[in-house]
This record gives sequence, structure tokens and C-alpha cells, in this order.
Amino acid sequence: MDQQDQGNKIDRRKFLNNGIRAGIAIGVGGIGYGLLKNAFSGELVWQLDASKCIQCGRCATSCVLTPSAVKCIHVYAMCGYCDLCGGFFRPETKQLNTAAENQLCPTSALKRKFIEEPFFEYDIIEDLCIGCGKCVKGCESFGNGSLQLQVNHKLCKNCNQCAIARVCPSEAFSRVPAKNPYLFKSFGNKKPVNKPVEGDE
Amino acid sequence: MKKFSVLFLLFFILYFLPGTSYAQRFPKPEFDSGHVQPPTLTPAPRAEFLAWFDVLVLIGSLSAASWFVIKKRSRKGVFWVSLFALAYFGFYREGCICPVGSVQNVVLAMFHPAYIIPATVVIFFSLPILFTLFFGRTFCAGVCPLGAIQDIVLFKPVKLKPWVQTALGLIPYIYLGLAILYAATATDFVICRYDPFVGFFRFDATFNMLFLGGIFLLVSLFIGRPYCRFLCPYGVLLNLTSRISRKHIAITPTECIQCRLCEDSCPFGAIELPSPVKPAEKRETSVRRFILLVIIIPPLVLAGGFAGSMLHENLASVHPKVRLAKQLLIPSKEVTEDIKVNIDAFKTSGKTVNELYAEVDGILKVFYVGGWLLGGFLGLVFGLTLANLSKFKYQPDYIPDKGTCLSCARCVDYCPVKPENPA
Repeated sequence: MDQQDQGNKIDRRKFLNNGIRAGIAIGVGGIGYGLLKNAFSGELVWQLDASKCIQCGRCATSCVLTPSAVKCIHVYAMCGYCDLCGGFFRPETKQLNTAAENQLCPTSALKRKFIEEPFFEYDIIEDLCIGCGKCVKGCESFGNGSLQLQVNHKLCKNCNQCAIARVCPSEAFSRVPAKNPYLFKSFGNKKPVNKPVEGDE
Repeated sequence: MKKFSVLFLLFFILYFLPGTSYAQRFPKPEFDSGHVQPPTLTPAPRAEFLAWFDVLVLIGSLSAASWFVIKKRSRKGVFWVSLFALAYFGFYREGCICPVGSVQNVVLAMFHPAYIIPATVVIFFSLPILFTLFFGRTFCAGVCPLGAIQDIVLFKPVKLKPWVQTALGLIPYIYLGLAILYAATATDFVICRYDPFVGFFRFDATFNMLFLGGIFLLVSLFIGRPYCRFLCPYGVLLNLTSRISRKHIAITPTECIQCRLCEDSCPFGAIELPSPVKPAEKRETSVRRFILLVIIIPPLVLAGGFAGSMLHENLASVHPKVRLAKQLLIPSKEVTEDIKVNIDAFKTSGKTVNELYAEVDGILKVFYVGGWLLGGFLGLVFGLTLANLSKFKYQPDYIPDKGTCLSCARCVDYCPVKPENPA
């Protein structure tokens, strides 16, 4: 009697376990299938919209990598090749030479190269760039805005939740299709903004 | 000198011209020397087929670990597989992609259809669960890099009291609940952010995270796999599925002879001792207590849900929008530089304060519901754990507890029983 009872019990447990197991397998499979239906439409990567960027400097400090995966990228096609480059020189610079005290970049990652009178080309040494955006701010304020901050996808780990996106004050970060992973700004694509009134707190 | 002053004047004027920040201030240069502008460098992301290679490696290492655990019963084999996984998924892939974090991607994709979850992530989420359903937690034993890094530093395991283990074992449920809440509300991916070992894999992290990781490794010297047992949210899912796994590692290959040699072999306290022949108390007493504990589960769920809903504002304050709305209310004297950046950026965004508040109201409502669900879930887990304590199951042998056993196969080396000769 006891023996038989126990036998039945084990069978019942086995039956239950099999049922639950099948249920979970179907459940996980179903979730997987439901999610997979549009999963093949392409991977997403993080990128910052250069036209929304306000160069607050958090890209340099908030990335999980040191130095940050956000780098300044030069869109040469927009550059005016200025002698007095707002991205290269500090605003109060008197002499336009490459002396360190004249440079805006804290790591001298911007290289100035003479092309022909009166044009100079500016290249970014990627290994030195920390993504602080000081040159970007200078270029945007005084020049054509050809220096732009972008997530460098060779370096980016594509974290589940970008650590910079969490703290970006202008909500410039979003997931973009990996097939077209850069969001440069070009002339005239800046959305109209409400400039803050001085003293309006 | 005159040239400079003219240029500066020009800049001065341009700087204060409103709304022209993206106008082409300087014309495109025309080079006489025939200089060609270099192209803009746009390094491509990691190729997609490499993600599929990761999937292949996952399938391979899961199969190898399961084979070593179930068929070969070889601790050595499991150990080498886990070392490989630590090298590949840990140090080569630098901790990403991992099934532990993929829980959040799956939840985010379920609640936010706009987020397209990559197929490889879905596979990384479901494969270890399916393997666990058939072979036990072989993923934990041999494939998880977070488990492997703790396992290899295990030096002198200390046995924890069962009640400590049960109590600490509740933390993963809280962690899982929070991770799901924050992923479902698209607030944050907490599991990834507070992953203590990813800093070691990358040789790069903030001081706080490295410190936390160091503490975990230090504790791992004496307490086996503290993260796996007392924090890992994915472990909760594997624990539950492993309980009904089709096959599972057994300490003895044939029949237990109660020699007690394996009694202290498990560093994770996952071996169930044989139950005493006679229960310590009368059956009626334990049954009555069990019924009582089952009856208090619904009130516990309600109380948990109520507590969770009361805390919903605290839970929501992690959300960036809620944080911003709070910062806007700070009196201007107390605003720090950092917060000022946020406030200024919000003012230039063109959104009105009321729009933000309306949005935050919506977020808070979602968190109110989420607080109820999270609290209710935790109440249920707490109640079931309590009820389970008074459940008496008679079993005569030394067997692994299928839920908490990590299938590391340490215990099999302690068993003196030889497998029957197949011949």
C-alpha cells in the first residue's frame, strides 16, 4: 500500500514536472519567437545627434571607457580651413601659432597643418582625443561647426544602457540603426531653439 | 595686427547674431595647390556576423559544460570549460554580451516595441534557460564568466548557516524585481551598471565599481560565489527552472551508501542531507503550521504591494526625467554647476515646464502600478519561502538541491561509489 502510494506520488510529480517543463519551454520559445519577429530588421547602436549636442563635457567623464568612446570627428567638407580656427585657438590668443598655451584642446589632440595661403587643415589625433568637446564648442561658436562629437563605433562597447545617455542634458543620445550609425549635422539642419533669456531662472 | 582685429570683430558680430549658429560662416576653400579634402572618418560598428559567432561559442560551451557535468561527471572538464568562458566572454568580449543582462533587454523589448532587440540577445537570454530545463544549471557551472571569476578564487570555503543562506537567497528576487521594473519603464539597466566584475574584464572602471568588485572577490575567497548565490537576478530564473530539470547532476553514480564523505564537499551549501527517519515534531503540528503559512501569503502579497506603491516616488526618482523635474524645483541659490547644466539645457530645448511635469506625472503613474506589482511579487516570494521552510520531504540520500546547485561537479569526486561497468 505504502509502496504503491509512493510510486503513484513519484509518477504524479514526474507528470507535473514534465508538464511544467514543457510549459516553460513553450513560454520561453514563445517570448523568443515574439521578439524575434522583427529582430532581424537590423541591429541598433548608440549615437549622439550632433545637432542637439551642447558640449557640456559629460561625454568625456561619463563613458564606461577611459578615455571615452565619444570622440571629436572632423567633417572636412564643412570646414572653412581658417587661419584663426575657433576650435584650435583659445579665444584670447594673440599669436596664431601652435604653442601649447594657445591651444584650446587640453590634450593637444588637434593638429594644425599648413596647406596653402591662407588655409590650414585641422586633423584629430584620435588616440589623444578625450571627447570633452571644447574644440567643438569653439568651432560652433566662431566657425562653421565642422568639428563634431560622435560616438566612435570602433571603440564603443554598445552597452545595454549607454552611461552617457543617462546624463546627457540635451537628450542627444539615441539608438540608431547600425547600418547608418553616424548623426552629423550639416549646414541648416539645426532645429530652431528658444534661446534662454538672460537672468531668467 | 590689423588683420586680427578685423577677424575678432567679425567673430564678435557672428557670435551674437541670433539663430545663425549653423550658417556657413566661411566659404568652402578653393585650393590652388590641388589639395583634396580628406573624407570624414566613420569607423564601422562591430560586424554583425561576429555576434552570431558569439552565439556559436555559447552553444558550444553550454553543450561542453552539460556533457562534462551529466555524462562525464568530470570536475576538471567543467573547470576548463569555465576557464575558456572566462577568457572568451569575460576578457575577450569584455563582459558584453551576457545572458544575465539580457533579461533587461527582453523586458524592455516587451514593454517598448520601438526598441528592436537583436536576435542574438534573445538567443543569449533563452538558451541557458532551455539548457537548464534539461541539464540543470550547467550555464552557471561552466559558461558564466561572472561565476567563473568567483569560482577560481575560491580558496577556503566557509559553511554558512542554513537560515543565513535562505535569508540572503531572497536578495536576488528583490534585485530581479527592481531590474525588471527599471527595464520595463526604460529607466536604466541596473544589472549592467552594477556588474561588479565587468571592470576587471575591461581593466577599466570607476574607482567605486573596482572597489565593489574587489570586495566581492575578497569575499569569494571564503564564501563560494557570493554574487551568484545572493545577488544574481538571472540565477533566480535558472534556480526555478533547474528544480524541474529533466536531468541533473547526482553526487553518486549509482546508489548512495550514506558514507558522509560528500557532506562538506559543497562550497555553496547545496547538498541536501538525508532527512532523519523520524520527523522531530508531530505531523499535525507541521501541517497546521504549513497551512497557517499558506494562509498568510495573500495578506503578505497585499502588504508588499501596498508598501511598494507607497515607495513609488522613491523608486521613480532614478528616472532622468523625474530627476530633472525635481532639479527644476530646487531654489536657484542651491543649484550646483552640474544641475545648472541640466536646467539650462532643458530651457533651450524648447519644451515647457508643464509639458515636462505632465510627462513626469505619467511616469509616476506607471511607477505606482510597478510599485504594486514589485511589492506584491516580493510578498509572494517571501510567503512561499516561509511556507517552504515547514515543508517536510522525506528523502534518505545525499542529493544536490536542484534549485541552488550550480552543477560545478565538485561533490562527485568525493563519492567512493564506482559507476557500474557498462559491459
